[in-house]
Amino acid sequence: MYAQEVKSTGLVVKPLDEMSDEERAFQVRIDAGEKIEPKDWMPDGYRKNLVRQISQHGHSEVVGQLPEGNWITRAPTLERKAILLAKVQDEAGHGLYLYSAAETLGVSRADLIDDLLSGKAKYSSIFNYPTLNWADMGAVGWLVDGAAIVNQVALQRTSYGPYSRAMVRICKEESFHARQGFDIMMKMTSGTAAQKAMAQDALNRLWWPALMMFGPPDADSVHSAQSMAWKIKIMTNDEGRQKFVDQTMPQIEYLGLEVPDSTAKLNPETGHYDFSDPDWAEFFEVLKGNGPCNVDRLRARNIAHDKGAWFRDGLMAYAEKRKIAAE
Amino acid sequence: MFEFLLRMGDNTLVLGHRVSEWCGHAPVLEEDIALANISLDLIGQTRLWLGLAGEVEGQGRDADALAFRRDVWDFRNLLICERPNRDFGHTLMRQFLFDLWHFERLSDLSLSVDDRIAGIAAKCVKEADYHLERSKDLIVRLGDGTVESHSKMQTALTALWPYIGEMFTDDALDAKMADAGIAPLPSSQHVRFHKALNETLAAATLMRPTNDFAQMGGRSGTHTEDLGHMLATMQFLQRAYPDARW
Ligand SMILES: [Fe+2]
Ligand SMILES: [Fe+2]
Ligand SMILES: [Fe+2]
Repeated sequence: MYAQEVKSTGLVVKPLDEMSDEERAFQVRIDAGEKIEPKDWMPDGYRKNLVRQISQHGHSEVVGQLPEGNWITRAPTLERKAILLAKVQDEAGHGLYLYSAAETLGVSRADLIDDLLSGKAKYSSIFNYPTLNWADMGAVGWLVDGAAIVNQVALQRTSYGPYSRAMVRICKEESFHARQGFDIMMKMTSGTAAQKAMAQDALNRLWWPALMMFGPPDADSVHSAQSMAWKIKIMTNDEGRQKFVDQTMPQIEYLGLEVPDSTAKLNPETGHYDFSDPDWAEFFEVLKGNGPCNVDRLRARNIAHDKGAWFRDGLMAYAEKRKIAAE
Repeated sequence: MFEFLLRMGDNTLVLGHRVSEWCGHAPVLEEDIALANISLDLIGQTRLWLGLAGEVEGQGRDADALAFRRDVWDFRNLLICERPNRDFGHTLMRQFLFDLWHFERLSDLSLSVDDRIAGIAAKCVKEADYHLERSKDLIVRLGDGTVESHSKMQTALTALWPYIGEMFTDDALDAKMADAGIAPLPSSQHVRFHKALNETLAAATLMRPTNDFAQMGGRSGTHTEDLGHMLATMQFLQRAYPDARW
C-alpha cells in the first residue's frame, strides 16, 4: 500500500477492561463499524498513527507523479499523452484530498510537506524505482495502481471518516488507472518484438517492488495489531500481497508474459498462488534512502518547492494587500 | 488551408507540450493540477486541428502522423509557443500572452465561413476563455505581489516581448484566408490585443516594454533552436520504432 507501515508504534492492544472509559467507548464505536469524525474524542496514538499513515499516503501520491511524469514528454501518441497527463493529474489530486484529510487531525499541510522534503516523512518505496521504457507506463498503472487498489479498497472501511471518504473517491480513479495501464500492456504485448521486450522488461523490474508495496511479512510487523483493532489497517501485509498475486498472475498469463519468479504457480489445494518472497534486504535499503531514485525524487520535490517560494509568497502578499485595502 | 490548420494545431501542440514539462514540478500541487488541465485542453485542441489538417491534406496522415513525424521546418507555430519554460514566471507570462491572442483568434474563427473551422473554434474558445481568465488573474496577483514576484514577472514580460509581433503580422497565406472569409487577418486583432494587454499590465503594475522589435519565422517554418530539442524528445518513440503501434 502507499502507507507502508514498517515502524512499530510500540503500542500493544489493551483488552477492553483495562481501558479508560473514553478509550472503551471509542473502541466500542469502532467495533460497531461507526466512523470517527474529526471533532470526536480519540486516543493520542490513534491520531498519531493516522496522521502518519494518511500523510505518508499523500506523500506517495505526490512523489508518485514523478516516475510517470518522466514519460509525459515522450508519450508516443497524442491520446497516450493526454491519458498519462490526466492520470498524473489525478495523483496530484489524490495528494490534495489526503493532505486535507490529514489536516482534519490538526496538522498543517505546510508542516507535512516540510517533513517530506527533509526526508523525515516516508512515502511508498515503489516510487524510488525508475521508469525506463514506455511499457513502464503500462506496468505502473497495472501493477502499482493495481497493488494500491487492493489496500485502498479495504481502507474504504477504515474507521476514520475523512480518510474513508477520501478512499472512496480515490478508488474510483485508481481502478481507471489500472485499466488504462493494462490497456497499454495489451498494446505492447500484441505489438512488435521490441514492444514485447519492453513489456517483459517492465514486468521484470516492477514485479518485486510491487510486492514490496504491501510492506514486510506479517511476522516482522509488530505494530499491526493495534492498527487493525483501530481499523486504521484493514488487512495484513501478507493478506494484501496474496490477494494481489492471485489477481495478477492470470493477467500475466493472459498477456503472454513471464513472471520473474520461477516458483509462482497456482496451488490446487489452497486455490491461491504460491510465490517467493521479494528481497527484503533490498526493501529495507530502499526505505533507508538507498533505492535507485530516492535521491533524485527528493531532489526534484525540493527544487520544485524552493523554486516555487517566490510564487507562493507573491500570491500571499497580494492577498494580504487586498485584505488591507478592504478594511 | 492545410497550412492554416497547421498554424493553429502546431501552436497548441507545441505550447501544450511545454506546459506538460512542468508535470510534478510546479510550485504547489494546485498548480500541478491546473497546468495539467491547460496542457490537456491544448492537446485536445491539437487533435482537432491536426485531425482536420490531415483530412484536408488527403494523404492519409492523421493528427499523430503530423505531430510525431514532421521535422522542425514543417512546423508552423508561433515562436512564443516554443520558448522554454525557464522559471514559473516565464511560463505564466508566455501563457498569458498566448491566451490573450488565442482567445481573440478563436472568437474570430468561430465566425468562419468554413463550418469545420467555426465548429472547432467554437469548442476551443470556451477553454481559451477559461485559460485567459486564469492567466490574467495570476499575472495581476504576481505583478502586484512581492518585490521579487514583481521583478520575476517584469523580467519574463521583457524576455517574451519580442515574440508578440509575430502574432499580428500578415503574410500571403493570411491574405488568402481573409479573402475567402475563412479567417480574418492577424493584424485585425492588433488593437484589441494591446488594449486588453495594457489593462492587465496596469492592474499588475507591470511596465510595457518600449522595444517593438519582433522575432519572426515560426509561421513559415524558421524556428528557434529550442524546437528541435523538443521534437527530439516528443517524437522519440515514433522515430525509434516506426513500425510500432501504441
Ligand atoms: Fe492515486
Ligand atoms: Fe495511487
Ligand atoms: Fe493512480
